[in-house]
Amino acid sequence: MKSEPLIKITKIFFILLMIVFFFSLIKRYIFGLGAISNLSDDMPWGLWKGANLFGGVALAAGGFVVTAVVYIFNLKKYKVFVRPVVLTSFLGYLMVILALLIDDGRPWNIFMPLIFWNTKSVMWEVALCVASYTTVLFLEFLPLVWEKMGFKKALKFWSWLTPALVFVGVILSTLHQSSLGTLLVIVPQKIHPIWYSPILPILFFFSAVVVGLCATNIIAFIYSNKFPEEKISPLVQRLAKSTGVVFYVYFILKIIELYQRGFLKDIFVFDIASSLFVVEFFVLGLIPATALFFKKAVNSKKTLFGLNLALVCGIFLNRINVSVIAFQLKSNIDYFPHFLEIVVSFSIFAIAVYLFIVIAKILPVFSKETT
Amino acid sequence: MALGILFDQNLCIGCGACEVGCQEEHGFKVHKADKLDENNFTYLEEINSITFQRHLCMHCFNPACASACPVSALKKTKEGAVIYNPAICLGCRYCIYACPFNIPKYEWKSQIPRVRKCDFCYSTKISKGLPPACASACPTGATLFGVREELLKTAHQRINKEPKKYVSEVFGEKEAGGTSVLFLRLNEVTKTNLVRNIPDFALPDLPQKILGKTPLVIVALGLFLGGMRFLTDRKNKIREEEQKKDEE
Repeated sequence: MKSEPLIKITKIFFILLMIVFFFSLIKRYIFGLGAISNLSDDMPWGLWKGANLFGGVALAAGGFVVTAVVYIFNLKKYKVFVRPVVLTSFLGYLMVILALLIDDGRPWNIFMPLIFWNTKSVMWEVALCVASYTTVLFLEFLPLVWEKMGFKKALKFWSWLTPALVFVGVILSTLHQSSLGTLLVIVPQKIHPIWYSPILPILFFFSAVVVGLCATNIIAFIYSNKFPEEKISPLVQRLAKSTGVVFYVYFILKIIELYQRGFLKDIFVFDIASSLFVVEFFVLGLIPATALFFKKAVNSKKTLFGLNLALVCGIFLNRINVSVIAFQLKSNIDYFPHFLEIVVSFSIFAIAVYLFIVIAKILPVFSKETT
Repeated sequence: MALGILFDQNLCIGCGACEVGCQEEHGFKVHKADKLDENNFTYLEEINSITFQRHLCMHCFNPACASACPVSALKKTKEGAVIYNPAICLGCRYCIYACPFNIPKYEWKSQIPRVRKCDFCYSTKISKGLPPACASACPTGATLFGVREELLKTAHQRINKEPKKYVSEVFGEKEAGGTSVLFLRLNEVTKTNLVRNIPDFALPDLPQKILGKTPLVIVALGLFLGGMRFLTDRKNKIREEEQKKDEE
């Protein structure tokens, strides 16, 4: 087989990555955050917050979107995607928590928000929602284990329980996908005006739904050999159209919002801020989203995959831009992530992919009942 | 009774007694400070050879840091001090991100890091009715301790007496919705390290407006989701029945 050396290289790369990752962790827990990161009093939040918390939560939006499609909007045909997409979300949230265990200065206190409630704090709401939604995702994931173990009664109970779990999960997701945006509302004077917005929570919600729809589509592509082709392509094409529509809602809201604050004219001046914005919002946003409305693009599986991937990257970049780069640009802070900071951030995503591959081999991620 | 500090640029001679007093009080090695960091809760900025500006936590009325903290490890006491409890702190550093005056600093090189900032000498002085170390150390009265509202009156009296000398606004009267610490600045000073672009309202009001809508969002969303499920269920049933009829 031709692809074998590639797999071998990937494996070696992953092992090396993990070695450096564990070395970094040891260094971090002995010598403090400063030993492996370029975080400072001027730049208290960096790559880990931007990519792994803000970006990670957005990337894990698939679960609530696909479960809402199937159990709330009753589009039962999409049930084939539920298990793999819920699994990506579950792993996504576990990785967010892993990132917080590294990024938080006192990770042994990570459970404190469950005991000490500051209901005025947006971070408290985020913490509580992440904790409870991860639990919900774990419960939504359990049927895979029951099926593997042959627990028929548990499976039956779960099929009764799932709609309720989905209901709670969608509410929790809506709340904290948007409240990640609310986190930044408290610093109007510290965020670059292209990104600061009083409606950040609404923008975060719609862009998260876009990612969720794209994630479903990407999973469908990766596992296209597991799905019967003629059954899947109409589903995927309909999904693509909805993705385009939701992106346009996000796009129009952002444009109106920029216009009202008087910063619409700043988006094409092509300084660092404007260039980054053009990339996330037009190049990796409007263009692929518009293409989703054209039959030619949607009929090719590979093109569709590329368009969805572009949209996901655009919104992932948006999260890093809003939470880190917009903060940095506004106050002219000199920050570029430390090499080990990048290694840690990347490792966390690599672990998620690795775990997905392993779990997909062990558990019936593509169950016979649902396909 | 909210207490406060009034610092007057005109009276400060730059002797550094406030820095030393603070360092001794908090058990730091006595040294010349040139910025706020984990070992400096206050420092004197030398603007020119005879003019100085103190830097310290402003102890906001409605502190962004305390509103940001998920566990209230930072909180405002009734005396006016914003104090920190490391035992429940997660180290998320949202306080540092949120503070409009860029005051809280972090122990980046520590295994068990803490957020570090001026605590108004809360446990050792203020809670016992004593003035904070910096105010007791000041030989000229440039750092004055007292009831905040009275200090504000004093500040305006000084401005009215010598309006040409002083900047007409008291720094801290309106910044971030008002702070316990107040600064009187000289007109001739054009550049300092003081953060300028601070909104004149309490910053926690911004997220509060949004968070206040959370219950409404939950109820509305719950109804919407439940309604959608009900309607789509019904639609599916009708469609099934129609199919059955067609088959018959």
